[in-house]
Amino acid sequence: MTEGIPLNYFLVLSTLMFFIGIYGFLTRRNLITILMSVELILNSVNINFVSFNKYLYPERLQGHFFTLFIIAVAAAEAAVAIAIIINIYRNFKSINVEDADEMKY
Amino acid sequence: MIDFTYTLFIVLIPMAMFLLLGLVGHKMKSFAGVLGTFGLGVSWILSIITAYQYFFVAGKIEGVYQKIIGFNTVWLHLTDKLHIDMGILLDPISVMMLIVVTTVSFMVHLYSIGYMKGERGFERFFAFLSLFTFSMLGLVVATNIFQMYIFWELVGVSSYLLIGFYYQKPSAVAASKKAFIVTRFADLGFLIGILILSFNTKTFDFIALTDVNGAAIATGAGASFLGLSVMTWSLIFVFMGGAGKSAMFPFHIWLPDAMEGPTPVSALIHAATMVVAGVYLVARLFPIYAISAPEGLMVVGYIGCFSSLFAAIIACTQFDIKRVLAYSTLSQIGYMMVGLGVSGYGGHEGLGYMASMFHLFTHAMFKALLFLGAGAIIHAAHSNYMNEMGGLRKYLPITHITFLIACLTISGVPFLSAFFSKDEILTAAYYHNRIIFWVELFVAGLTAFYMFRLYFRIFWNKEPQYHHTPRESPLTMTIPLIFLAIASIFAGYIPFSKFVSSDSVPFESEIELGLAIPSVIVGLLGILIAFVMYKKETSIPDKVAASFRFFYRWAYNKFYFDELYLFVTKKIIFRYISKPVAWFDRYVVDGTMNGISAMTNYMSYQIRGFQSGQLQQYAFVFVSGAIGLALVIMYLLIH
Repeated sequence: MTEGIPLNYFLVLSTLMFFIGIYGFLTRRNLITILMSVELILNSVNINFVSFNKYLYPERLQGHFFTLFIIAVAAAEAAVAIAIIINIYRNFKSINVEDADEMKY
Repeated sequence: MIDFTYTLFIVLIPMAMFLLLGLVGHKMKSFAGVLGTFGLGVSWILSIITAYQYFFVAGKIEGVYQKIIGFNTVWLHLTDKLHIDMGILLDPISVMMLIVVTTVSFMVHLYSIGYMKGERGFERFFAFLSLFTFSMLGLVVATNIFQMYIFWELVGVSSYLLIGFYYQKPSAVAASKKAFIVTRFADLGFLIGILILSFNTKTFDFIALTDVNGAAIATGAGASFLGLSVMTWSLIFVFMGGAGKSAMFPFHIWLPDAMEGPTPVSALIHAATMVVAGVYLVARLFPIYAISAPEGLMVVGYIGCFSSLFAAIIACTQFDIKRVLAYSTLSQIGYMMVGLGVSGYGGHEGLGYMASMFHLFTHAMFKALLFLGAGAIIHAAHSNYMNEMGGLRKYLPITHITFLIACLTISGVPFLSAFFSKDEILTAAYYHNRIIFWVELFVAGLTAFYMFRLYFRIFWNKEPQYHHTPRESPLTMTIPLIFLAIASIFAGYIPFSKFVSSDSVPFESEIELGLAIPSVIVGLLGILIAFVMYKKETSIPDKVAASFRFFYRWAYNKFYFDELYLFVTKKIIFRYISKPVAWFDRYVVDGTMNGISAMTNYMSYQIRGFQSGQLQQYAFVFVSGAIGLALVIMYLLIH
């Protein structure tokens, strides 16, 4: 079903997603949104894996499995991250990343 | 041949006592004193056995006293040729010193049980006494000059600790520091002397150094500097150390102040044993002095002569009884130095050497007695000043009699011990150097005068109002007094020249009446003048003081030597040397270091804002870095 779509299209998509994620990560102040940006970055990488696997080595499956792993790990990581965010909220009464700035000079 | 290894215990027992009393003494209370005294008693008995075996059984081979190594071990091995040994050397003077040190130390220990009773730091006092005794014994039995130097410093430390025993008293602290610094300064000369001497002779060992036919003495004639041979210079430097420890003229200032320590300490350290270490040092190296450095010996003689006169004059003007005794000690040590200075080597020529050692021996007994007596007096009268005493003969009969014996002894009254020893010094001086002889004869008169001034002021004269009726001291204090009084009377009858002589060959010495009579007359004259002036309260002393007003004030203020030293150190050395050096250190050396650290500090303050705690800033920097790196790599790949 991907016949006729060149690889570049996928790569452009994943690059866009990646930088949107970076942008969100750097500019959003809400920790939940930052977490969402991280998920975007991860998923852009997933797209890369899958499309490279499909276009360069169609007879193998490593790329697909890697993607599955990443999705699983990302789910776990999201759980940990949300736990951290809850703790931050308990300490600072806020989930604004700028308020959690105690570790400085 | 007798094995003398057991002499090691003479030295080690006091050290064990020091460790024991120092570490667990505070749990023993007054038992500490008994234990320390017991330990020294054992050392004393061992010393007597050693002396007996050395002098009468094993020491003499074909009429010459041998130098016997009782024990020796390499303590510090540097190279095969350069090593420092620790050991025990027995020869006539070291065995004699063993007797002197252990006897006086034992008596002082016994006396201190009574004298120091109930004092704070009772066990600390005994621990320090043991430390001192250990160091002094180590010094006298040293087999080599380096061992002597080590123990030399150790006695300096124990002296410092004991002078500063009453460390709450600022004057005692100042006195202990003064004693330590002055003697330490003199020891610098000693160290330089040792280095020059052993560099030239290639040995530290006393036996090799003093072997008359050996290589060490022969090397002395070689190089010369400013008209004196290198050997002479080195021995003059060594004598500088000796002069510091024995408080001879330029370094005499510490001894009178050292009287701040407890009186038994003054008796042991600053009268009988440590202060004669300088005399002992010169005697130990005597063959080199006599053969390859006669000029050095001349220096010893003249410094001794000057010190004895100088100290005797000051002693006539002081009122603190311990200070009078301190100056008297200086004067008597001057005598011993004179004895060495006017001596030649071998046989009858070595009369001065023998006399000096003889005087050291008798002086130890009667001066310890004087100090212990003074301690008993101070204990009873609660004062150090003779103007606050008088008429004490009624209250302190035993102290009175023993003190009188000591005064008669030091004045050279015939048939008491110092008569013999002092007379032999005078005889030796007469045949060697007439100027020194006349000075010493005059000093003999002065000695008799100031001692009897002291005696009459304390025991006769007008009785002041005492707060408490003075009482005789307890038995532990009077027994040492009585023992030492007996020793002072009879020590002179030991045929000393049979035992101690410059070349270890016994010889006959007899009193020369032609010289003995004038010295006795001078002594009696001194006593007579003191009797007239001080037996009853009269106005004569004030009149005499008034008629020599200028000179009296000069002598009363110890010829302003303390002030002179203070002037030199504070006004000249501190201001013109120490201050610029301190400035250089503070602003140049420290300045460089401080500058570097201040720079680092400043820089880090400038850049610390980077660590803001803002997560997103860090991420931004990281991402920009990663992108930058990626761009660089891409650029490099394209080209």
